[in-house]
Amino acid sequence: MGLKGVAAAVGLGELPPRRYTGEASILDLLSTVAHDAIEDAGFKKTDIDGLIVHPIGGLPGFVPATVAEYLGLQPSFAEVVDLGGATGAGMVWRAAAAIQAGMCTSCLCLTGTRRRGPLPKRPVDRPSGEQVPRAPRSIMPKRDRSPQAEFDMPYGMLGANVGYAMIANRYTHEYGLTDEQRAKVAVDQRKNANHNPAAIFHDQTLTVADVLGSEMICEPLHMLEIVMPSAGAAAVLVTTADRAVDARQPPAWLLGAGESVTHSSFAQAPALDATGIGRAARAAFAQAGIQPQDVGLASLYDCYTIMVLLTLEEAGFCARGEAGAFVQSHDLTYAGDFPMNTHGGQLSFGQPGMAGGMSHVTEAIRQIQGRCGERQISGLELAYAHGNGGIIAEQAGLVFGAAR
Amino acid sequence: MSARLIPPRSELTQPFWDAAGEGALALQFCGTCDTGIFPPRAHCPDCGGSNLQWRSVSGEGSVYTYTVAHRAPHPVFASQCPLVIAVIVLAEGPRMISNVVGVDPEDVYVDMPVRVTFEAIDDTDLWLPLFTPAA
Repeated sequence: MGLKGVAAAVGLGELPPRRYTGEASILDLLSTVAHDAIEDAGFKKTDIDGLIVHPIGGLPGFVPATVAEYLGLQPSFAEVVDLGGATGAGMVWRAAAAIQAGMCTSCLCLTGTRRRGPLPKRPVDRPSGEQVPRAPRSIMPKRDRSPQAEFDMPYGMLGANVGYAMIANRYTHEYGLTDEQRAKVAVDQRKNANHNPAAIFHDQTLTVADVLGSEMICEPLHMLEIVMPSAGAAAVLVTTADRAVDARQPPAWLLGAGESVTHSSFAQAPALDATGIGRAARAAFAQAGIQPQDVGLASLYDCYTIMVLLTLEEAGFCARGEAGAFVQSHDLTYAGDFPMNTHGGQLSFGQPGMAGGMSHVTEAIRQIQGRCGERQISGLELAYAHGNGGIIAEQAGLVFGAAR
Repeated sequence: MSARLIPPRSELTQPFWDAAGEGALALQFCGTCDTGIFPPRAHCPDCGGSNLQWRSVSGEGSVYTYTVAHRAPHPVFASQCPLVIAVIVLAEGPRMISNVVGVDPEDVYVDMPVRVTFEAIDDTDLWLPLFTPAA
């Protein structure tokens, strides 16, 4: 059965990532991209009968209903996807599956996050004006009773930096990898971002020396190989084959999808040659009936440089253990011999929460539709978009094609 | 002693913390297939069996991977950086997150043999299993 050619992405709405979005509410941001996606496709709001959202801080529950009411929709299919950075990719195949099942005909997939402004500093203000750090005291994690809160967080295993640094050290031990090879990923992606006006680092160049000279956060990862949190939103409109051919934009056909969830705590992750990354990618390529080498764009989740390297070999773009040599011997820019993350990747485009993961999906769709301007890959027929959540815990892969 | 994020315990996991308070590392083992289980749970994640028993283990293991955190992952760890955070493979099989202590962070390496040690968590009566070089 599968989803090949069942549905296509026809409309996009995406806000350029910003460090902060001020007073705008998350509902404002989602509403903006939702309407932009509908307009982009040449559809009407009354055409929309499917809605997929994700958990949103500040909305304690009932998220689909809250967003639907805000948009003035009464969908026949509504759900929440909670797969971390794989959420965007996971939404798009679910939209196609809902269409295949006859539950809806045109489904909006909405992602985004707001960041009001910088967090207040923690030091205590003394009457003298002197800033004195508060002596640390043990504290209970807020509202978290997960196994990780009990068995990981007491050791400082929280956030993502620690886990991806551990992956980098284990990968380097098993296969060998240099700091320069990791940095090459960030540098080539920045060159792509320099041709994407929406990228948060559009106006800044980057060298390997810049990356390796930036602050060491968690060995071996430097500041500039770690994604920068930002704010924004992205929407993808997925519709039936019949409606797709009449849309204002060329359809980006969904040809294959794969998903894998393997663990939650990184201590319980599969070995680096048996991750869910490979499982999801292989399923997506098999459903599309293609090989990794057939795609002209790899749009790979890049919360960290090491994540890209691991995905390149787990998804089958290069041989086991050769990801470092692969990135050094290929030009990863839109004009190169292995175009990858042509929007800049999240490292250079920005990571607006779940819209960061969705940016790999929107770029694949935009490239297939042939509307990427100066960074357009000429004659592109097949693109692969990969999403990754947690510490390589949740994976979703999508194959898009220009032809059904 | 050091400041930590305090582990939220449950009735099911309390034997782990009770053992740590007595200087022992304890895990569940499946009464059906003898799989060592961590973190604790209600059913064996391998065979699904519900007859799980707590047993003290050797406390020996090795570093599967690690990082040296120079920036505190949470403000509570600010005074402890550089902090070695690691995945430890226990001799009995299960893996757990921990810290490697009693060693220069630059001397830690993948596959390093380690053994358990215990440290009190500030502001609590809990003891936390940490690991130190075995040699």
